[in-house]
Amino acid sequence: MPGYANPGFDTLALHAGAAPDPATGARAVPIHLTTSFVFESSEHAASLFNMERSGHVYSRISNPTNAVLEERVAALEGGAGAIATASGQAALHLAIATIAGAGSHVVASSALYGGSHNLLHYTLSRFGISTSFVKPGDFAAWRAAIRPETRLLFGETLGNPGLDVLDIPTVSAIAHDNDLPLLVDSTFTTPWLMRPFEHGADLLYHSATKFLSGHGTVIGGVLVDSGRFDWNAATARTGRFAELTRPYDGFHDMVFSEESTVGAFLLRARREGLRDFGASMSPHTAWLILQGIETLPLRMARHVDNTRKVVEFLAGHDSVASVGYPELEGHPDHALAKRLLPRGCGSVFSFDLRGSREQGRAFIEALKLFSHLANVGDCRSLVIHPASTTHFRMDDAALARAGIGPGTIRLSIGLEDPDDLLDDLKRALKVAAKA
Amino acid sequence: MRLDVETPAGPRPAYAYTGGKPLEAGLPAIVFIHGAMHDHSVWTLLARWFAHHGHAVLAPDLPGHSQSTGAPLDSVEAIADWLIGLLDAAGIDEAALVGHSMGSLIALEAASRAPARASRLVMVGTAYPMTVSAALLEAAERDPYAAIDSVNALSISSLAGKPSYPGPGTWLHGANRILSRRLQAAQREANLFLTDFLVCDRYRGGLEAAARVTCPTTLVLGTRDQMTTPKQTAGLVEALRAQVVTLPVGHSLMTEAPDALLAAVRAAVVPDSPPPGR
Repeated sequence: MPGYANPGFDTLALHAGAAPDPATGARAVPIHLTTSFVFESSEHAASLFNMERSGHVYSRISNPTNAVLEERVAALEGGAGAIATASGQAALHLAIATIAGAGSHVVASSALYGGSHNLLHYTLSRFGISTSFVKPGDFAAWRAAIRPETRLLFGETLGNPGLDVLDIPTVSAIAHDNDLPLLVDSTFTTPWLMRPFEHGADLLYHSATKFLSGHGTVIGGVLVDSGRFDWNAATARTGRFAELTRPYDGFHDMVFSEESTVGAFLLRARREGLRDFGASMSPHTAWLILQGIETLPLRMARHVDNTRKVVEFLAGHDSVASVGYPELEGHPDHALAKRLLPRGCGSVFSFDLRGSREQGRAFIEALKLFSHLANVGDCRSLVIHPASTTHFRMDDAALARAGIGPGTIRLSIGLEDPDDLLDDLKRALKVAAKA
Repeated sequence: MRLDVETPAGPRPAYAYTGGKPLEAGLPAIVFIHGAMHDHSVWTLLARWFAHHGHAVLAPDLPGHSQSTGAPLDSVEAIADWLIGLLDAAGIDEAALVGHSMGSLIALEAASRAPARASRLVMVGTAYPMTVSAALLEAAERDPYAAIDSVNALSISSLAGKPSYPGPGTWLHGANRILSRRLQAAQREANLFLTDFLVCDRYRGGLEAAARVTCPTTLVLGTRDQMTTPKQTAGLVEALRAQVVTLPVGHSLMTEAPDALLAAVRAAVVPDSPPPGR
């Protein structure tokens, strides 16, 4: 057979979705800062509104710069398409709201980013969408939690705060046995470390604020559809997902699964969720995230290299009680990580200082290169001490239930010279030991 | 819509997209016929446009593809007969037949078998003979999913097809690949890739069929098409006395250039109409 191959990851990171601008010849992606797009005629306008033609109408729904980002992330993930959103949270909300409503139910991993937990546990329940939380490795619990009104299963590729590795092949099989899709938050791993669709996930999203952007400059999200889930078959067997397989009177009685066999979910998400909730991304943000993605393969390799050096250093240090990184043999998901994440387990992890909250605080304050802030996935190294910041209202017992100790420190390893990072940590550990 | 199509083996259930509104068989009809490893969804933009501009539209899933379940048919001639049966089932006497790739051969054969049923013939991304390399057929037998990937790489000429299809944000390579993989996985009675590509490869009646076609014919070809290259159409053009329209895209004309293809098909099917708005 001729050796024609689809382009590789590094090529797609630079080229997917973008070509020299036909109007100007501009080689880089132009930033289309415009709210709206001129119709050629009334007939053209009507046909765009009625989805008889493809094109842009209004930048809340679609925009040429955003479309490049959407196509690029879909390409890197091996998906059918994507939607850029105002934030990762907006992407999660859009995913759920597209196929769930009042009375619906979600089964989610308990090892989630706090913001995702808040959305599911507190906020969506106000709107009638309930969630059952299960330990990500407890497959019996995943199965037992599924109800007739369940609409999706959800977890993170690497869970918070202990980097639980989601067994996507197993959890997706549980989902599919029940005619349900699996949605994953792929923020910590990026497609360079893992492509969840290859392991069975159906939908995924990124907080593009993190590694995809990579420079700590903008807030954004991207929701990607694999195109693989058969909504028609699921409706036929279970009655679920009529949102995609039955006429929608909110958009010309369109049956989205008829319009696109592999793009029904994204059509509804864009034509309803972006249109009505309006959590769209600024084209300027899309452009900055595209700039980041161009170097994603280079940055992720360096993030992982640096992280391995830091993990090795901390794991051998007397002041450190434990390091939670799945590449370490002692991590509960070490074997799974070797199978699903052979390129590495990212650059965000936690470790436990021996000592008190005060020593944790002293460690943070002694660091010079690591920035103390609430973010991850920056090219600069970051640090946070949950017991004195994000979880400061909790007593030690409550912290323990959340998997956090008084001396737990979360690091996000950046792209600095690794020896400088080790020096910074070495000095701060000394200060903490004396505090 | 769902129909039962009469075949020599008895009625077969079939699905056809009707452009987002109920079929009105009394209107001028147009039938869109997909190619190998595709289904109706490669035509929905065009089908929707024609349905909302005074036409009765059918874009079927061919037997064994997507929502037209059962085994796939194994020859252009058999599928052409099925297509004529589909017109009967839908109550359509005469229609413009628009086919892509394998679907273009089916349209040609149907127009030759029932000249009175074809008002126009539009062959998109076509060639004759539509020979498939022995290496690809061998790969299809051994590892059809690898064969899908190989064909996918050849089918789409750009990494940035704009404005994309069916709308912005769709990664054309990904959507095309996943559609083919889903069709392959869903077909339990046959190796669909191998069947479809053998249908193309084994069709030998093209020039004889062309000689029997009586309706005006247009070929719409992609100048960057590596699957069915424009130079492979010389015999067909002569035999059909066809008009030829070229677009600067690859084999996947519907998804790479939906507006330009709409203009070309509209000009072919409704020759006196003004050009579309853009």
